[in-house]
Amino acid sequence: MRALSIQNLTKTYGNGMEALKGIDFNVEPGDFYALLGPNGAGKTTAIGIITSLVNKTAGKVEIFGHDIDKEVEAAKACIGLVPQELNMNLFDSVLNIVVHQAGYYGIDRKTALVRAEKYLTELRLWDRRKDSARNLSGGMKRRLMIARALIHEPKLLILDEPTAGVDIEIRRSMWDFLRRTNEAGTTIILTTHYLEEAENLCRNVAIIDEGKIIEDARMSTILRKLQREVFVMSLRDPLKEAPELANFETFLNDECELEVALNASDDLNSLFKALDQAGITVLSLRNKANRLEELFMGLVERKQQSTNGQAA
Amino acid sequence: MNLRVNWIGFKTLVRKEVIRVVRIWVQTIVPPAITMTLYFIIFGNLIGRRIGMMDGFDYMQYIAPGLIMMSVITNSYGNVVSSFFGAKFGKHVEEMLVSPMSNATIIVGHVAGGVMRGLMVGGLVTIIALAFTDLHVVHPLITFSMVLLASIVFALLGFVNAVFATKFDDISIIPTFVLTPLTYLGGVFYSISLLPEFWQKVSLANPILYMVNAFRYGILGTSDIGIGWAYLIVSVFVVALFTLNLTLLNRGIGIRE
Repeated sequence: MRALSIQNLTKTYGNGMEALKGIDFNVEPGDFYALLGPNGAGKTTAIGIITSLVNKTAGKVEIFGHDIDKEVEAAKACIGLVPQELNMNLFDSVLNIVVHQAGYYGIDRKTALVRAEKYLTELRLWDRRKDSARNLSGGMKRRLMIARALIHEPKLLILDEPTAGVDIEIRRSMWDFLRRTNEAGTTIILTTHYLEEAENLCRNVAIIDEGKIIEDARMSTILRKLQREVFVMSLRDPLKEAPELANFETFLNDECELEVALNASDDLNSLFKALDQAGITVLSLRNKANRLEELFMGLVERKQQSTNGQAA
Repeated sequence: MNLRVNWIGFKTLVRKEVIRVVRIWVQTIVPPAITMTLYFIIFGNLIGRRIGMMDGFDYMQYIAPGLIMMSVITNSYGNVVSSFFGAKFGKHVEEMLVSPMSNATIIVGHVAGGVMRGLMVGGLVTIIALAFTDLHVVHPLITFSMVLLASIVFALLGFVNAVFATKFDDISIIPTFVLTPLTYLGGVFYSISLLPEFWQKVSLANPILYMVNAFRYGILGTSDIGIGWAYLIVSVFVVALFTLNLTLLNRGIGIRE
């Protein structure tokens, strides 16, 4: 049984806008799955349909075998949602927000209070449990939405840009928490604009653009499709000009920072051999841009070029 | 439908509403108490003394049941419309919509919250009324059942208003332009027997007239209309409005894209 199965899902809004044009994808139990795409690609609409917040136009959605058309309550019980926008009563206390949510899922108050302490402590909010949600910082509100989504211990956790607008430290701590949650058996679907986040956390990825899935594969498979990567190297000894290395394009950022471009067919061993022969000692290196970001931009641009070509 | 999920969901909704009403007691409890006190002082005490008897009762006694019912109606309606529209506006309605709680439970939970506030304010207004006049409940069962049913009707109406409302103006239009005139013309301050025959007949189309008179019958034992009609009309409204609300939520009108 799949955690999520989507078949030929379409959504046309009242104004005629086709947000989803027959998408298919499956998520296996235990997976950490990324759903990526530019703004307006249809990610939030897809999540809205899965969580019953948006009515679909056509297609089939099953959550752990429960068809949302036939067993909507059983399907809903499997899902925890962390939406993109804040959707809590900001005048309620932190504790009430999570305990009330538990009640909506049929969890008695006694159990809900125990779980609330567990999740609010894990997300570093227990000390703020009596505060109004409006008095929390942006990062705290995001963590509160995660605690709220987990209070009924769902099998499938869906996070729609959960780290948008939070600082790096909190983002990293949220990543750790989500990894632990996934390792404990919860299937996770994540949409994010931080592609580094998807690359770090997710094993499988679907890329959606203009209402269609344009890639759906393992993260490692997708990353292998990268045609070119640029590495930035810190050098021990300063250079006056970019060295000429056989098969490698180079560019000197400053006297101690060198950029080298590698094609998909090149390997790092050859690069280091060439650098060694040129007498260049490398102290450290990093990717110039996020690899998934490069790939993502490449895929979207290729699709646009093909669309323009067809139109011409 | 999972009964356990829905029972706990219902209790949670009621609890949430109680917390909300108590948290903003300055907005929910105090204003109707002040308004009704002014009504009793001005209409009951100052002007009422010059009016004399109405249907065999002094004017203060006569208007007391109507004012209690008016406060119950407006507060039941106001609680549901502001709570559910507030949840839509703040998007926390999604907390309920993503849960396995049924749409019927969402409606009943909010209605229970509205009834709870309506009866709470109604009780407070009754205490205030007792400071001005004597009230002896002639038919306790009719009194309680009618105030409960009227409260349910207006809580359900408030829910309809909240479902269709898209901005804050929309939740004040119906109370201002429909509810208040119908309440004032619903026999709170006068017996319709004082009206010309034509306006008496027009008044019979006002459902609030039946609620106010049946409630007054319960307390004072006097009414302009038949009590059976009042129960029939109120019951029809309860069933029709609940069905309407359920249909709206099932279709996602006002709450889903």
